[in-house]
Amino acid sequence: MDIEKYIASGILELYVAGVLSDKENLEVAANAKKHPEIESEIVAIEASILALTKAAAPKNLTLKGYHDVKNRMSLPRDTKVISLAKEKSNWPTYLGWAASLILAVGFLWMYAENNALKSEINVASQTNTILERQIEAAKTSLEKSQELLTTIRDKDIQVVALGGQAADPNSFAKAYWNKREKKVFIDAQGLPEPPDGMVYQVWSLKLNPLTPTSMGLLEDFITDDNKVFALANPNESEAFGITLEPAGGSVSPNLEQLYTLGVVSSS
Amino acid sequence: MELEVLVEKFRNKDDKAFEKLYEMYSDNICGVINTIVKNTDIAQEICQDVFVKAWKNADSYNASKGRFFTWILNIARNAAIDEVRSKSHKNHKQNLSSDFFVNILENNDDLNNQVDAIGIKSLLMNLKEKCVQIIDLLYFKGYTQKEAAEELAIPVGTVKTRNRSCISQIRGNIAI
Repeated sequence: MDIEKYIASGILELYVAGVLSDKENLEVAANAKKHPEIESEIVAIEASILALTKAAAPKNLTLKGYHDVKNRMSLPRDTKVISLAKEKSNWPTYLGWAASLILAVGFLWMYAENNALKSEINVASQTNTILERQIEAAKTSLEKSQELLTTIRDKDIQVVALGGQAADPNSFAKAYWNKREKKVFIDAQGLPEPPDGMVYQVWSLKLNPLTPTSMGLLEDFITDDNKVFALANPNESEAFGITLEPAGGSVSPNLEQLYTLGVVSSS
Repeated sequence: MELEVLVEKFRNKDDKAFEKLYEMYSDNICGVINTIVKNTDIAQEICQDVFVKAWKNADSYNASKGRFFTWILNIARNAAIDEVRSKSHKNHKQNLSSDFFVNILENNDDLNNQVDAIGIKSLLMNLKEKCVQIIDLLYFKGYTQKEAAEELAIPVGTVKTRNRSCISQIRGNIAI
């Protein structure tokens, strides 16, 4: 081995710099052991680097000193600390996954809950509509009742009670006659429902001689709620009668089917 | 020979031996770290860390693979480079490759009142820019031969010979 050439190659400088491969390091160290010239050359190179690096040290500030290092030397090895740190760095990952899972489940639950609430709202609004309609109907019927009451209470009204006759002694009716407005309201609640194909007909009667004049029919008797019917009456009536007649009514009353009759009291 | 004994005792966790090694090399290690982190306070912190790390990993030092100084120099460079690459250091707006160790050395020289230290100007007397660069990369920044060749745009073989000649000049300057 040409020691001079080996030294001149510059490998020893790189050895001191610590930039050689493991294999080259082992070779240089072995050669240094064998040849004192190589060893002393390495020491000389290191000395120059030591001088250079020492000159680079910050001299305006002093080091904390060896005691600071010694205090920390007794602490656990760094490798242990690193392994702890690694474990530590794992749990936020698990936590992240767990959090996202919880979040996903939460979203699903909220979605289901939201749907349930939506259908509840639907049902509630439908119920609302039905209730509103009922209220409206009730209002209308109340208005009608009040209108009826007002009509009946009118001071111009004359009330005529119609008693039951041979056809049905239990039946009764009332006539509310507004002479000024030439209108009669027949309260027919006391009459039985007419059979199919038959209809009640209201007559204005003159007694001397007995002259019936048709005032009209109680149409849609079964479906009418309050069984109060308004009829025009331009006649100078002395009595009112109600007979059962074939649908469409008759020209003259069938007195065998006279249900109720009442005389207007002369006031 | 005394160094070998010290290092062997250090490997066997002899803290008296380690204290001697600390006294021998702490300035150098701190100097290298300082040229990389460019902040004396941070450099001192890392410097202490490096020696604690060296102690805790004493059994991993293998004398047949390199000098003790080279070994601890490696630990120091890695620690300093880790610091420079860390987030906290980036806040200091420092940069690893922007300038060379000489800037620090020149600034230091003004404050240099230590009798036993050789002034940086006399150490680098007559050295060319390309010498300063190659020494900076190989010793202070821990570049490999190949990396240094790429950085300086020269053949890998030239790194070895040029470095040798540059170090020889420094050795000559020390001898003066």
